[in-house]
Amino acid sequence: MTSAVERSAVAPVSGVEPARAALRRPAAEEARRPRWQRVLFVAALAGAAVTFLLPFVWLISASLRPRAYVFAPGFLPLPFAPENYTAVWGVVPLVTWLFNSLVVGVAAAAAVTISSAWVAFGFAYFRFPGRNLLFGLVLATMMLPFAVTMIPTYLIWSELRLTDTQVPLWAGNLFGSAFYIFLLRQFLLSLPREYFEAARVDGASYPQLFWRLAFPLIRPALLVAFVFEFKASWTDLLKPLIYLRDEHLYTLPRGLKVVLDRFGYGGEQQWEVVLAGSVVATVPMIILFFLAQRHFIEGIATGGRKG
Amino acid sequence: MTTTTVRTPTPGRRRRRPSLARREARWALLFLAPWIVGFLVFQAGPMIASAWLSLTEYDVINPPEYTGLDNYRQLMSDPQVARSLGNTVYYTALHVPLVMLLSLGLALLLKRVGRLQGFFRTVFYLPVMTPAVAVGILFLLLLNTQDGLINRGLALIGVDGPSWTTDPNWVMPGIVLMSLWSLGSTVIIYLAALQNVPRDLYEAASIDGAGGWARFRHVTLPMISGALFFTLIVNTIASLQMFTEVYTMYFGNRETQNTFNSDAATFYVIHLFQEAFQFLHMGYASAMAWLLFLIILVITLVQVKLSNRFVYYEGEEQ
Repeated sequence: MTSAVERSAVAPVSGVEPARAALRRPAAEEARRPRWQRVLFVAALAGAAVTFLLPFVWLISASLRPRAYVFAPGFLPLPFAPENYTAVWGVVPLVTWLFNSLVVGVAAAAAVTISSAWVAFGFAYFRFPGRNLLFGLVLATMMLPFAVTMIPTYLIWSELRLTDTQVPLWAGNLFGSAFYIFLLRQFLLSLPREYFEAARVDGASYPQLFWRLAFPLIRPALLVAFVFEFKASWTDLLKPLIYLRDEHLYTLPRGLKVVLDRFGYGGEQQWEVVLAGSVVATVPMIILFFLAQRHFIEGIATGGRKG
Repeated sequence: MTTTTVRTPTPGRRRRRPSLARREARWALLFLAPWIVGFLVFQAGPMIASAWLSLTEYDVINPPEYTGLDNYRQLMSDPQVARSLGNTVYYTALHVPLVMLLSLGLALLLKRVGRLQGFFRTVFYLPVMTPAVAVGILFLLLLNTQDGLINRGLALIGVDGPSWTTDPNWVMPGIVLMSLWSLGSTVIIYLAALQNVPRDLYEAASIDGAGGWARFRHVTLPMISGALFFTLIVNTIASLQMFTEVYTMYFGNRETQNTFNSDAATFYVIHLFQEAFQFLHMGYASAMAWLLFLIILVITLVQVKLSNRFVYYEGEEQ
């Protein structure tokens, strides 16, 4: 098991720098390719890109049409009905959900980033017997399906009287997470060790090494961890389904599911409300991507992260 | 680190100032402590608890009642479990190869378009950023039989689109179609792997007279086999645990569960979730979880074995 995970996790990773270099465009090779071929490739990609974008175009356009026109053919928001967006804020506590998602997302992302960096520093800096074995165990936990620990974890939070609070949505992140520990350790290992030894000679304590030296130096990797976890938290439905009853504690995905059930099929068939809600839930993620695109791409390319 | 500990022979062992190595070990432990605690409390502990619960009947309100292997016996003859497992495997068998093939195709194209690469890469990644609940909602409507964008598109080329959301035979292909929209991460992994292939390998192959296909077959494929293997495993594990999009579309609402063909859309983890948190069959659901773990473990090990052979085979050939 361990070896499988180790290999799978390490296989596409060849250090951080090479992967970053790999994202640069190979220009010279392209110049040699015949022009018609390049045109063909671009055309094929453009076709694929249109296919991938059409669902977005339809979503935005349909969310801006009156109820009777939601399913009308075409991609233009005509007749134009921006009031759908004011309507959705009126019928469900969307502001509360947005705020909840933001708070939970920041808590989850900050907790996992700091704790994983702390642990990663332990694995990268210290040499102790059994280190590789223990690190193998860290990697092996990535294979454990969520379903196996889901019920006992629920019982723990229930025992602590913390169900129907948002605590279970982020507090588990305080203990680090295998993937981020792995990612951050990779970055830490790429730093010259002399750096830390020099600081030790100058009398810095280990926590100082971590906070003053390592932490600022691996900032790009910390951002990768942060944005990934923020996105994971923002899009998670399962945990809010398990832990939250009170609608005012809901995060956006949980709220959006309520919107669908209440205003979609089997409900009032007010699809314009459902669609406007979906756009509101999606836009922050799109903005996040454009702000942190480099970190997302790097995170996937170096760590081979899924999703 | 250079350890220059001078061992002073003081008899009181506990009072002695700890050696550098020891102090370092203590600090190492302090740095690893969060993970160790988290592992014990949220992984190892729950695993043991879950294994125990799987041998009991437990409804949260009453204390667990030991029933031996009853849950596992029941699992084997439960048509709902068989059905959801069948659906999940069917989905995985369609989703994983399709995602890998399409992503490889897109990555190969992306590698060849020069400056436009960044733009297209962004386009393919945007669906991955879309919250899964929103993806479920969006595709519930795109897959609508009469008014959905997909059947409208099919009508343009003269195809009478199927009832994606209600015909039991078409529910799963519809879900697979939805899943393909979010293949962006796999594309990026392949693209990074493709760009890591040293160019002189291609040049050497060309000098040896290798054509386009031969270069792909004997240079590209072996060189990116690590990435292919990685995505095979990760995508398989993720597909076997599919939950959010499908739950959003077809479950959690009694009305829709009747309107649609929820049976055809029951994934294993959805069924497990319902057993645990709707019917409070915590013991039974725990047994289901262990069966899933076992299935994932076996499939992963088989994939590792096969890939070992694949790698060895490549080594032989060269």
